[in-house]
Amino acid sequence: MQNQTAEKAAKPAVTSKTSNFVQSAMAACLGVFVIGFVGFSHLEVVHNAAHDVRHANAFPCH
Amino acid sequence: MFRAIVFSAVPVGIITGIAITLMQMVGTEPLILKAETYENAGSAVPESAAPAEHSHAAAAPAHDHAMPAAEAHDAAGHDHGDGWSPADGFERTAYTLGANVLTAIGYSLVLTALLSMTNVSHGWRTGLFFGLAGFASVMLAPMVGLPPELPGSPAAELAARQTWWVATAVATAAGIGLLVLRRETWAAVLAIILIAAPHVVGAPLPPAGVEPLAPLELERRFIIVATVTSFVFWALLGALSGTFLKRLSPSV
Repeated sequence: MQNQTAEKAAKPAVTSKTSNFVQSAMAACLGVFVIGFVGFSHLEVVHNAAHDVRHANAFPCH
Repeated sequence: MFRAIVFSAVPVGIITGIAITLMQMVGTEPLILKAETYENAGSAVPESAAPAEHSHAAAAPAHDHAMPAAEAHDAAGHDHGDGWSPADGFERTAYTLGANVLTAIGYSLVLTALLSMTNVSHGWRTGLFFGLAGFASVMLAPMVGLPPELPGSPAAELAARQTWWVATAVATAAGIGLLVLRRETWAAVLAIILIAAPHVVGAPLPPAGVEPLAPLELERRFIIVATVTSFVFWALLGALSGTFLKRLSPSV
Protein backbone atom coordinates (compact mmCIF):
# COMPACT_ATOMS: atom_id res chain seq x y z
CA MET A 1 0.00 0.00 0.00
CA GLN A 2 2.59 2.57 1.07
CA ASN A 3 4.75 2.14 -2.00
CA GLN A 4 1.84 2.83 -4.32
CA THR A 5 2.17 6.60 -4.06
CA ALA A 6 5.92 6.39 -4.41
CA GLU A 7 5.58 4.24 -7.51
CA LYS A 8 3.12 6.62 -8.97
CA ALA A 9 5.44 9.55 -8.50
CA ALA A 10 8.43 7.75 -9.97
CA LYS A 11 7.19 5.80 -12.99
CA PRO A 12 3.61 6.72 -13.48
CA ALA A 13 2.18 4.76 -16.38
CA VAL A 14 3.05 1.07 -16.51
CA THR A 15 3.89 0.16 -12.93
CA SER A 16 0.86 1.78 -11.37
CA LYS A 17 -1.40 0.16 -13.93
CA THR A 18 0.02 -3.29 -13.19
CA SER A 19 -0.21 -2.83 -9.46
CA ASN A 20 -3.76 -1.54 -9.86
CA PHE A 21 -4.67 -4.71 -11.68
CA VAL A 22 -3.00 -7.01 -9.16
CA GLN A 23 -4.61 -5.22 -6.23
CA SER A 24 -8.03 -5.33 -7.88
CA ALA A 25 -7.58 -9.04 -8.53
CA MET A 26 -6.73 -9.55 -4.85
CA ALA A 27 -9.87 -7.69 -3.81
CA ALA A 28 -11.93 -9.84 -6.18
CA CYS A 29 -10.41 -13.02 -4.68
CA LEU A 30 -11.29 -11.82 -1.19
CA GLY A 31 -14.86 -11.26 -2.38
CA VAL A 32 -15.09 -14.72 -3.91
CA PHE A 33 -13.80 -16.20 -0.65
CA VAL A 34 -16.49 -14.39 1.37
CA ILE A 35 -19.28 -15.47 -1.00
CA GLY A 36 -17.98 -19.04 -1.03
CA PHE A 37 -18.00 -19.15 2.76
CA VAL A 38 -21.53 -17.77 3.19
CA GLY A 39 -23.16 -19.40 0.18
CA PHE A 40 -21.31 -22.63 -0.50
CA SER A 41 -19.68 -23.90 2.68
CA HIS A 42 -20.72 -27.45 3.56
CA LEU A 43 -20.22 -26.75 7.28
CA GLU A 44 -23.54 -27.43 8.88
CA VAL A 45 -23.40 -24.45 11.23
CA VAL A 46 -22.65 -22.04 8.38
CA HIS A 47 -25.40 -23.61 6.29
CA ASN A 48 -28.00 -23.27 9.02
CA ALA A 49 -27.05 -19.69 9.88
CA ALA A 50 -27.19 -18.56 6.24
CA HIS A 51 -30.06 -20.89 5.33
CA ASP A 52 -32.69 -18.36 4.26
CA VAL A 53 -30.15 -16.26 2.37
CA ARG A 54 -29.03 -19.30 0.41
CA HIS A 55 -32.59 -20.07 -0.59
CA ALA A 56 -33.34 -16.45 -1.53
CA ASN A 57 -30.16 -16.16 -3.60
CA ALA A 58 -30.81 -19.45 -5.39
CA PHE A 59 -27.53 -20.86 -4.08
CA PRO A 60 -27.75 -24.66 -4.28
CA CYS A 61 -28.97 -25.80 -0.88
CA HIS A 62 -29.90 -29.00 0.98
CA MET B 1 -6.39 0.41 -4.99
CA PHE B 2 -7.01 -2.64 -2.78
CA ARG B 3 -7.77 -0.29 0.08
CA ALA B 4 -10.12 1.83 -1.99
CA ILE B 5 -12.03 -1.27 -3.14
CA VAL B 6 -12.39 -2.64 0.39
CA PHE B 7 -13.38 0.76 1.83
CA SER B 8 -15.97 1.04 -0.91
CA ALA B 9 -17.32 -2.52 -0.73
CA VAL B 10 -17.86 -2.63 3.05
CA PRO B 11 -20.31 0.29 3.36
CA VAL B 12 -21.99 -0.72 0.09
CA GLY B 13 -22.44 -4.25 1.45
CA ILE B 14 -23.84 -3.02 4.76
CA ILE B 15 -26.38 -0.71 3.09
CA THR B 16 -27.43 -3.29 0.48
CA GLY B 17 -27.53 -6.11 3.04
CA ILE B 18 -29.86 -4.16 5.33
CA ALA B 19 -32.13 -3.10 2.46
CA ILE B 20 -32.38 -6.62 1.09
CA THR B 21 -33.07 -8.12 4.53
CA LEU B 22 -36.02 -5.75 4.87
CA MET B 23 -37.29 -6.85 1.44
CA GLN B 24 -36.83 -10.53 2.33
CA MET B 25 -38.74 -10.11 5.59
CA VAL B 26 -41.89 -9.24 3.65
CA GLY B 27 -41.05 -11.26 0.52
CA THR B 28 -39.17 -14.56 0.60
CA GLU B 29 -39.07 -15.17 4.37
CA PRO B 30 -42.83 -15.80 4.91
CA LEU B 31 -42.78 -18.22 1.94
CA ILE B 32 -39.77 -20.12 3.35
CA LEU B 33 -41.46 -20.41 6.75
CA LYS B 34 -44.66 -21.62 5.14
CA ALA B 35 -42.78 -24.21 3.10
CA GLU B 36 -41.07 -25.45 6.26
CA THR B 37 -44.45 -26.27 7.76
CA TYR B 38 -45.03 -28.63 4.81
CA GLU B 39 -41.49 -29.93 5.14
CA ASN B 40 -41.93 -30.71 8.82
CA ALA B 41 -45.35 -32.24 8.22
CA GLY B 42 -43.78 -34.36 5.48
CA SER B 43 -41.13 -35.72 7.83
CA ALA B 44 -43.76 -36.74 10.36
CA VAL B 45 -45.17 -39.24 7.87
CA PRO B 46 -42.25 -40.91 6.09
CA GLU B 47 -44.51 -43.19 4.06
CA SER B 48 -41.83 -44.01 1.51
CA ALA B 49 -38.08 -43.60 1.51
CA ALA B 50 -37.99 -41.00 -1.23
CA PRO B 51 -39.87 -38.12 0.42
CA ALA B 52 -38.22 -38.86 3.78
CA GLU B 53 -34.91 -38.25 2.06
CA HIS B 54 -35.75 -34.59 1.90
CA SER B 55 -37.71 -34.23 5.06
CA HIS B 56 -34.86 -34.30 7.50
CA ALA B 57 -33.47 -31.05 6.16
CA ALA B 58 -35.72 -28.79 8.20
CA ALA B 59 -34.40 -26.19 10.60
CA ALA B 60 -36.39 -27.74 13.45
CA PRO B 61 -34.37 -30.41 15.21
CA ALA B 62 -37.26 -32.72 16.18
CA HIS B 63 -37.19 -35.40 13.52
CA ASP B 64 -34.82 -38.15 14.48
CA HIS B 65 -37.18 -40.73 13.04
CA ALA B 66 -36.25 -39.61 9.54
CA MET B 67 -32.60 -40.42 10.07
CA PRO B 68 -32.54 -44.14 9.22
CA ALA B 69 -34.11 -43.37 5.85
CA ALA B 70 -31.63 -40.56 5.44
CA GLU B 71 -28.68 -42.82 6.12
CA ALA B 72 -30.01 -45.43 3.73
CA HIS B 73 -30.39 -42.82 1.01
CA ASP B 74 -27.46 -40.60 1.73
CA ALA B 75 -26.69 -40.48 -2.00
CA ALA B 76 -28.62 -37.24 -2.01
CA GLY B 77 -25.96 -36.02 0.42
CA HIS B 78 -27.81 -33.46 2.44
CA ASP B 79 -28.28 -34.54 5.98
CA HIS B 80 -27.89 -31.50 8.17
CA GLY B 81 -31.01 -31.70 10.25
CA ASP B 82 -29.80 -32.07 13.79
CA GLY B 83 -27.06 -29.50 14.30
CA TRP B 84 -27.30 -26.00 15.68
CA SER B 85 -29.52 -23.58 13.86
CA PRO B 86 -30.70 -20.13 14.89
CA ALA B 87 -34.01 -20.00 16.76
CA ASP B 88 -36.96 -18.71 14.75
CA GLY B 89 -37.76 -15.05 15.16
CA PHE B 90 -35.19 -12.42 16.08
CA GLU B 91 -32.18 -14.74 16.14
CA ARG B 92 -32.92 -16.19 12.74
CA THR B 93 -33.48 -12.74 11.25
CA ALA B 94 -30.23 -11.52 12.81
CA TYR B 95 -28.24 -14.33 11.17
CA THR B 96 -30.02 -13.70 7.89
CA LEU B 97 -29.04 -10.03 8.14
CA GLY B 98 -25.43 -11.00 8.83
CA ALA B 99 -25.35 -13.43 5.90
CA ASN B 100 -26.95 -10.86 3.62
CA VAL B 101 -24.41 -8.18 4.58
CA LEU B 102 -21.50 -10.60 4.08
CA THR B 103 -22.86 -11.77 0.72
CA ALA B 104 -23.31 -8.16 -0.38
CA ILE B 105 -19.78 -7.23 0.74
CA GLY B 106 -18.40 -10.22 -1.16
CA TYR B 107 -20.27 -9.43 -4.34
CA SER B 108 -19.41 -5.74 -4.04
CA LEU B 109 -15.71 -6.60 -3.66
CA VAL B 110 -15.82 -8.56 -6.91
CA LEU B 111 -17.93 -6.00 -8.74
CA THR B 112 -15.86 -3.03 -7.58
CA ALA B 113 -12.65 -4.85 -8.47
CA LEU B 114 -13.94 -5.55 -11.98
CA LEU B 115 -15.03 -1.90 -12.28
CA SER B 116 -11.57 -0.71 -11.35
CA MET B 117 -9.91 -3.17 -13.77
CA THR B 118 -11.81 -1.92 -16.78
CA ASN B 119 -11.03 1.40 -18.36
CA VAL B 120 -14.49 2.84 -18.08
CA SER B 121 -15.58 5.96 -16.27
CA HIS B 122 -16.86 5.15 -12.81
CA GLY B 123 -20.06 6.44 -11.30
CA TRP B 124 -23.47 5.12 -10.39
CA ARG B 125 -24.53 4.53 -13.98
CA THR B 126 -21.59 2.32 -14.95
CA GLY B 127 -21.98 0.57 -11.61
CA LEU B 128 -25.65 -0.05 -12.32
CA PHE B 129 -24.86 -1.76 -15.61
CA PHE B 130 -22.17 -3.87 -13.94
CA GLY B 131 -24.79 -4.76 -11.36
CA LEU B 132 -27.24 -5.83 -14.05
CA ALA B 133 -24.49 -8.01 -15.56
CA GLY B 134 -24.03 -9.51 -12.08
CA PHE B 135 -27.76 -10.21 -11.84
CA ALA B 136 -27.67 -11.96 -15.21
CA SER B 137 -24.58 -13.98 -14.23
CA VAL B 138 -25.40 -15.21 -10.74
CA MET B 139 -29.20 -15.16 -10.77
CA LEU B 140 -30.77 -15.36 -14.24
CA ALA B 141 -28.33 -17.81 -15.83
CA PRO B 142 -28.10 -20.30 -12.93
CA MET B 143 -31.86 -20.19 -12.32
CA VAL B 144 -32.55 -21.43 -15.86
CA GLY B 145 -31.23 -24.80 -14.72
CA LEU B 146 -31.54 -24.52 -10.94
CA PRO B 147 -34.47 -22.25 -10.02
CA PRO B 148 -34.64 -20.82 -6.49
CA GLU B 149 -36.04 -23.58 -4.29
CA LEU B 150 -38.17 -23.65 -1.21
CA PRO B 151 -37.16 -26.00 1.61
CA GLY B 152 -38.46 -29.47 0.86
CA SER B 153 -37.87 -29.42 -2.90
CA PRO B 154 -36.30 -32.50 -4.46
CA ALA B 155 -32.84 -31.87 -5.91
CA ALA B 156 -29.77 -33.59 -7.25
CA GLU B 157 -26.60 -34.08 -5.24
CA LEU B 158 -25.41 -30.83 -3.63
CA ALA B 159 -21.80 -30.80 -4.85
CA ALA B 160 -22.85 -31.42 -8.47
CA ARG B 161 -25.33 -28.54 -8.33
CA GLN B 162 -22.77 -26.23 -6.74
CA THR B 163 -20.25 -27.05 -9.44
CA TRP B 164 -22.77 -26.40 -12.21
CA TRP B 165 -23.92 -23.19 -10.52
CA VAL B 166 -20.38 -21.76 -10.21
CA ALA B 167 -19.42 -22.82 -13.74
CA THR B 168 -22.57 -21.24 -15.17
CA ALA B 169 -22.08 -17.97 -13.29
CA VAL B 170 -18.43 -17.69 -14.34
CA ALA B 171 -19.11 -18.61 -17.99
CA THR B 172 -21.99 -16.14 -18.23
CA ALA B 173 -19.98 -13.33 -16.62
CA ALA B 174 -17.06 -14.03 -18.96
CA GLY B 175 -19.43 -14.03 -21.94
CA ILE B 176 -20.99 -10.71 -20.97
CA GLY B 177 -17.53 -9.25 -20.33
CA LEU B 178 -16.32 -10.32 -23.78
CA LEU B 179 -19.42 -8.86 -25.46
CA VAL B 180 -19.03 -5.52 -23.70
CA LEU B 181 -15.26 -5.08 -23.73
CA ARG B 182 -14.16 -6.56 -27.09
CA ARG B 183 -15.18 -5.39 -30.54
CA GLU B 184 -13.92 -8.40 -32.53
CA THR B 185 -16.25 -10.94 -34.11
CA TRP B 186 -14.49 -13.91 -32.48
CA ALA B 187 -15.20 -12.39 -29.09
CA ALA B 188 -18.91 -12.22 -29.81
CA VAL B 189 -18.97 -15.81 -31.07
CA LEU B 190 -17.03 -17.03 -28.05
CA ALA B 191 -19.33 -15.04 -25.74
CA ILE B 192 -22.44 -16.70 -27.15
CA ILE B 193 -20.85 -20.14 -26.83
CA LEU B 194 -19.82 -19.42 -23.23
CA ILE B 195 -23.31 -18.26 -22.26
CA ALA B 196 -25.12 -21.15 -23.98
CA ALA B 197 -22.74 -23.99 -23.08
CA PRO B 198 -23.81 -24.57 -19.44
CA HIS B 199 -27.40 -25.09 -20.57
CA VAL B 200 -26.36 -27.43 -23.37
CA VAL B 201 -24.46 -29.49 -20.79
CA GLY B 202 -27.48 -29.17 -18.52
CA ALA B 203 -27.94 -28.69 -14.80
CA PRO B 204 -28.03 -31.70 -12.46
CA LEU B 205 -31.75 -32.51 -12.27
CA PRO B 206 -33.72 -33.77 -9.29
CA PRO B 207 -34.37 -37.52 -9.14
CA ALA B 208 -37.42 -38.55 -11.16
CA GLY B 209 -40.70 -39.16 -9.41
CA VAL B 210 -40.00 -37.18 -6.23
CA GLU B 211 -42.59 -34.49 -5.57
CA PRO B 212 -41.78 -31.23 -3.79
CA LEU B 213 -43.39 -31.00 -0.36
CA ALA B 214 -44.70 -27.44 -0.78
CA PRO B 215 -47.55 -26.73 -3.24
CA LEU B 216 -46.59 -25.61 -6.75
CA GLU B 217 -48.25 -22.24 -6.29
CA LEU B 218 -46.00 -21.47 -3.31
CA GLU B 219 -42.92 -22.57 -5.25
CA ARG B 220 -43.80 -20.31 -8.21
CA ARG B 221 -44.43 -17.32 -5.97
CA PHE B 222 -41.09 -17.91 -4.29
CA ILE B 223 -39.27 -17.92 -7.63
CA ILE B 224 -40.88 -14.60 -8.63
CA VAL B 225 -40.23 -12.89 -5.29
CA ALA B 226 -36.65 -14.20 -5.07
CA THR B 227 -35.89 -13.03 -8.61
CA VAL B 228 -37.29 -9.54 -8.09
CA THR B 229 -35.48 -9.23 -4.75
CA SER B 230 -32.25 -10.27 -6.42
CA PHE B 231 -32.82 -7.74 -9.20
CA VAL B 232 -33.18 -4.91 -6.68
CA PHE B 233 -30.16 -6.25 -4.77
CA TRP B 234 -27.97 -6.06 -7.87
CA ALA B 235 -29.29 -2.70 -9.07
CA LEU B 236 -28.60 -1.21 -5.63
CA LEU B 237 -25.26 -2.97 -5.20
CA GLY B 238 -24.06 -1.89 -8.64
CA ALA B 239 -25.13 1.74 -8.43
CA LEU B 240 -23.71 2.13 -4.90
CA SER B 241 -20.45 0.37 -5.82
CA GLY B 242 -19.98 2.72 -8.78
CA THR B 243 -20.69 5.77 -6.62
CA PHE B 244 -18.41 4.76 -3.75
CA LEU B 245 -15.55 3.70 -6.00
CA LYS B 246 -15.64 7.04 -7.79
CA ARG B 247 -15.35 8.87 -4.48
CA LEU B 248 -12.70 6.64 -2.95
CA SER B 249 -10.43 5.66 -5.83
CA PRO B 250 -7.11 7.51 -5.93
CA SER B 251 -7.36 10.07 -8.73
CA VAL B 252 -5.71 8.63 -11.82
